[in-house]
Amino acid sequence: MKGQESMTKAAQSENLLEISGLQMHFPITRGVFKRKVGAVRAVDGIDLTVAKGETVGLVGESGCGKSTTGRLMTRILEPTAGKVVFEGRDVSHVGNKGLRPLRRDVQMIFQDPYSSLNPRHTVGSIIAAPLQIQKIPTPKGVKAAVQDLLKLVGLNPEHYNRYPHEFSGGQRQRIGIARALALRPKLIVADEPVSALDVSIQAQVVNLLDDLQKEFDLTYVFIAHDLSVVRHISDRVAVMYLGKIVEIADRDQLYSNPRHPYTVALMSAVPTPDPARRNSAQRNRVLLTGDVPSPINPPSGCRFRTRCWKAQDICATEDPALTARLGDPESHQTACHFPVAEDEVVAGRRPASSNA
Amino acid sequence: MSTDSLAGLTMPAGPAKRPFLEVKDLTVRFNTDDGVVKAVSGSSFAVERGKTLGIVGESGSGKSVTSLAVLGLHRTRSNATVAGEIWLDDKELVTASDEEVRKLRGGKMAMIFQDPLSAMHPYYTVGAQIVEAYRVHHKVSKKEARVRAIDMLARVGIPQPEKRFNEYGHQFSGGMRQRAMIAMALVNDPKLLIADEPTTALDVTVQAQILDLIRDLQEEFGSAVIMITHDLGVVAELADDVLVMYGGKVIERGPAADVFHEPQHPYTWGLLGSMPRLDRELRERLTPVKGSPPSLINLPSGCAFHPRCPYAGRNGDRSFTESPELRGGVHAVACHLPAEDRQKIYEQEVAPNL
Ligand SMILES: Nc1ncnc2c1ncn2[C@@H]1O[C@H](COP(=O)(O)OP(=O)(O)OP(=O)(O)O)[C@@H](O)[C@H]1O
Ligand SMILES: Nc1ncnc2c1ncn2[C@@H]1O[C@H](COP(=O)(O)OP(=O)(O)O)[C@@H](O)[C@H]1O
Ligand code: SF4
Ligand code: SF4
Ligand SMILES: [Mg+2]
Ligand SMILES: [Mg+2]
Repeated sequence: MKGQESMTKAAQSENLLEISGLQMHFPITRGVFKRKVGAVRAVDGIDLTVAKGETVGLVGESGCGKSTTGRLMTRILEPTAGKVVFEGRDVSHVGNKGLRPLRRDVQMIFQDPYSSLNPRHTVGSIIAAPLQIQKIPTPKGVKAAVQDLLKLVGLNPEHYNRYPHEFSGGQRQRIGIARALALRPKLIVADEPVSALDVSIQAQVVNLLDDLQKEFDLTYVFIAHDLSVVRHISDRVAVMYLGKIVEIADRDQLYSNPRHPYTVALMSAVPTPDPARRNSAQRNRVLLTGDVPSPINPPSGCRFRTRCWKAQDICATEDPALTARLGDPESHQTACHFPVAEDEVVAGRRPASSNA
Repeated sequence: MSTDSLAGLTMPAGPAKRPFLEVKDLTVRFNTDDGVVKAVSGSSFAVERGKTLGIVGESGSGKSVTSLAVLGLHRTRSNATVAGEIWLDDKELVTASDEEVRKLRGGKMAMIFQDPLSAMHPYYTVGAQIVEAYRVHHKVSKKEARVRAIDMLARVGIPQPEKRFNEYGHQFSGGMRQRAMIAMALVNDPKLLIADEPTTALDVTVQAQILDLIRDLQEEFGSAVIMITHDLGVVAELADDVLVMYGGKVIERGPAADVFHEPQHPYTWGLLGSMPRLDRELRERLTPVKGSPPSLINLPSGCAFHPRCPYAGRNGDRSFTESPELRGGVHAVACHLPAEDRQKIYEQEVAPNL
């Protein structure tokens, strides 16, 4: 979590990353000739800027396109349309050679600390690999550089020769972080970095990410489905639904004044760890019915309309633009024709009923 | 071994007043190549009908092993030893015959798992499996069972149940599958329902639907529910009583309101401090528990939590040499710290940071 002061600083400084009209449509093919019969519209037109030094949280339910967005930002994937601009340079379609500086400046941390590390390599060689591939000079030797990194993430530097399976889940996630830090990146895209960890370990890793950001002036895109963790760590938060950003705002704005019916439902669904508030939490809960539709065939108009209690005719025909609504500041944008007002009584399905 | 009285229940002697489910001194060990896994040690708890017991703890703390023991599912594992007593409706299950336990399972007691796909057969339709589950315990025709199955599918909120009846598990979304498994678990109107991380694999909006469903069904059928989860929020919303497990042991037990509002064990403090919460002011920093959970093959001496406990040094060498027993009445805790000290530490050092 960062104070007000650094937030305004971040807002004033230049954008590190700018994405616009970004799309990733994975083709669905059939038969030996790989005839294209359709597409999974995993990311379907998103605009987002990330300023230097800030943390942008990306939340949404499974399959809404968070990881795909992260992999586009890091150019692990090449977008089917739209632009990825890093430090003013359009990197949307550059090839391997042109991507070299990006491979140094932008790093990704993955959700699963178990599968993202090669089990046959020692921790030392896993962390050293990016240094060697990028031919980074290490004045004190590679080993010393790696041991410094191990210390930095709170691991014992003497464990240099151990294998990933000899570490716990939280420690493995630290190894992933050390590897990401090796090249002193400017931007780290963390894809559910704490989701697989137990709560006591999760807090250790969140604090570590906080400390590293301060120490190295890092910029984070933090992908998660846990709204409480995202609130803790982010300066700004974007909510995704079916391949699109439906709402984006400064952290406090979003959590105190959610506008999009989906954001409202998502927040009210988070269980409250306080038995005394059990009844009021349940009373105020907006239960959505049904499931997220398929990204192969998203609903026309507003994609949320099949589950939205506020939907009207226009929602089926007109895709609402992501823009400031109801007098919100320019930084708070909502893609909804009928955004939720401050004093509105929200009326989704009420809890404990029979007809879902 | 356990000197405590059971959670919330002052029990006069005599089996007539036994709680609906009573587990006493449950101990489960597994023999493995690496050594003996002390998965559950001396665990005691009780649940009444119509009530929900929440079991929380981090992964590997023995939650699932506890619930599988109640269902008698360790019987088929040759490397498992189960000791202690499990009383369900005045019948002792540890010493009961395999046949007796098999009859209860899926009938009087049923379970919902984390991963519904693995609990469903890939080659049979969802409907056929519910029909089968029903007919094992009821002498009815296939037609009658089908009516019952479709009714259950509708009851758990599956749209077009007649059509869904003929589909396979993999054709369902995650939330639908979990609903179908709940339908299967409830088809025989179980008096005890054990739900092991039933919503962990689901999105929060779907989780809210499923928790709502379980709450609703419990109200209707008056079953006893054991809700196992690592999510303190889920427990706070559903449970009447809470067990906190660490290293295979119950380290705190009591009514949910007490455990959340006046937690007694340093590990419980750690869990609450680790958690960012939407219902609180933002904190500058989380307060995690240092270190990582113990191996159940090589448990630390004394109190298993001592390598991670900031207060371990305050009890002479007792935290390192002597395993604390679960003591106290309704709200019991296993910690050597004197109650007054604990109270003071909680008020002065812990509560302000939660
Ligand atoms: N290589 C691929 N080919 C085809 N479809 C894909 C591919 N990668 C992702 N998808 C689909 O794109 C959609 C978005 O996937 P993505 O992994 O970005 O979701 P996510 O928001 O990260 O979800 P989760 O929370 O489950 O990680 C999903 O429907 C997914 O099945
Ligand atoms: N069949 C088995 N054989 C050996 N060890 C087991 C077996 N089942 C569970 N365990 C071990 O028992 C401990 C507790 O497991 P479990 O109850 O599944 O934890 P959780 O609290 O995450 O549900 C773990 O160390 C686990 O590895
Ligand atoms: S545009 Fe219409 S359907 Fe979409 S979220 Fe707003 S009210 Fe609901
Ligand atoms: S017994 Fe000692 S080590 Fe264990 S929780 Fe209490 S103070 Fe900490
Ligand atoms: Mg993902
Ligand atoms: Mg488990």
